[in-house]
Amino acid sequence: MSDYVSLTYLDLVFASSFLVLNGALSLWLKLGLERKLAIASARMIVQLLLVGLLLKSLFAVVSPLLTALVAVAMIFLAGREVWARQERKLSGLWGFSLGTGAMIFSGVTITVIALTTQIQPNPWWTPRFALPLFGMILGNSMTGISLSLDTLNTAANRERSAIEAQLLLGRTKWEAMRPFTRRALRTGFMPIINSMAATGIVSLPGMMTGQILSGVDPTEAVKYQLLVMFLIGGSTGLGVLMAVLGSVYRLTDVRHRLRLDRLSAHK
Amino acid sequence: MINVQLLQRSGLGPVSFTVGDSECLAITGPSGAGKSLLLRAIVDLDPNTGEVSTAQLTRSETAATDWRKHVALLPSETGWWLDKVGDHFVNPIGIAEHLPDIGLSRDAMNWDVSRLSSGERHRLGLLRCLEKLPKVLLLDEPTAALDADTRLMVEALLRGLMEEGITILLVTHDPDQPARMGCKTMRIENGQVAV
Repeated sequence: MSDYVSLTYLDLVFASSFLVLNGALSLWLKLGLERKLAIASARMIVQLLLVGLLLKSLFAVVSPLLTALVAVAMIFLAGREVWARQERKLSGLWGFSLGTGAMIFSGVTITVIALTTQIQPNPWWTPRFALPLFGMILGNSMTGISLSLDTLNTAANRERSAIEAQLLLGRTKWEAMRPFTRRALRTGFMPIINSMAATGIVSLPGMMTGQILSGVDPTEAVKYQLLVMFLIGGSTGLGVLMAVLGSVYRLTDVRHRLRLDRLSAHK
Repeated sequence: MINVQLLQRSGLGPVSFTVGDSECLAITGPSGAGKSLLLRAIVDLDPNTGEVSTAQLTRSETAATDWRKHVALLPSETGWWLDKVGDHFVNPIGIAEHLPDIGLSRDAMNWDVSRLSSGERHRLGLLRCLEKLPKVLLLDEPTAALDADTRLMVEALLRGLMEEGITILLVTHDPDQPARMGCKTMRIENGQVAV
């Protein structure tokens, strides 16, 4: 780690000036993005600084209880994010719990298996390994699940006559929903497929870049990146599949009806 | 034959009536009175209570998928989920010979759905639901988008079906259609049968 270059906060201020320039351009071109841009970057700054402090103290303490607490908090924040990113969502408790449940199932299972069989820190839940890994898996599942649910719910609403036409011909709810289920699954898988295909050619993944910048041997960084990509791909796939099938189940009923009344109204 | 007993859902009913084999019932009434809701409730497309039966089947004892092949609904807006018209049919080649009967060209099966007019969609939708050989046919304004000549062709097709024993329920805003079709009428206002 001898060639590790520590950044000063002034360096960061300088780097952020390009983002400020984007905001100014948005104002000038009346894109209406400046507000969103400002809020998102402010959130990122506060969240990352806080998480840096939090992780520093967590890594120092190495407590299973605190580690579990942070993991649970991450799950709830990710669940809220999935819920908020859907234009139309299942109303009631389903809207939040479906996406969150899918993330818990796929994200937790895969993180635990990876920690206990592949990375094997001692103890296996060591926060320095567990939390960043869980965060990356959760973040990617979150993107996939929210995209796929948004696609499915929007399609069910817009394609009502096409779905009901199939039901009216005596098809089952699964058959009638199939074109839209497939589209939703595809949309959920797309980011991870695209990033796997482009990785290493178009862009170096953020995690690997970070490792290389902080002095890790590139071939070691690549191995870690591959591990993480496999885990991310696996958990995103499982999570997306669960969330979409659960949503199809909830959007229809035993008498093979389309139940758009279970979808909340457009904001 | 179709027997509807105490059919009720939000915005409708309770409604009870019976229509026999080879008979036709025209359902009339102002827009928003619940005519389409009644047809949707009969095929169990929306949550509802009450019982519906035909000579062969009782709704509560029949899987929804079988019930809708037996009692078919042609909604006022027909849905399409593939690009080509023919892909929506079980037997597009067999259907082709019936197309001229209702004023459509024989190669309509090769058309793109996106280019269909609303009248064409409706007539093709009718042929599509007849493929399942339903015993009861529920039609929501089947001739609304058609010119006078085509409307007569469709009515002739429907009368032919009635002669074969099929029962027809028909929502219509055309005041002369019940008489032309030989239908009894039932008027619905504010979700109730008006006497």
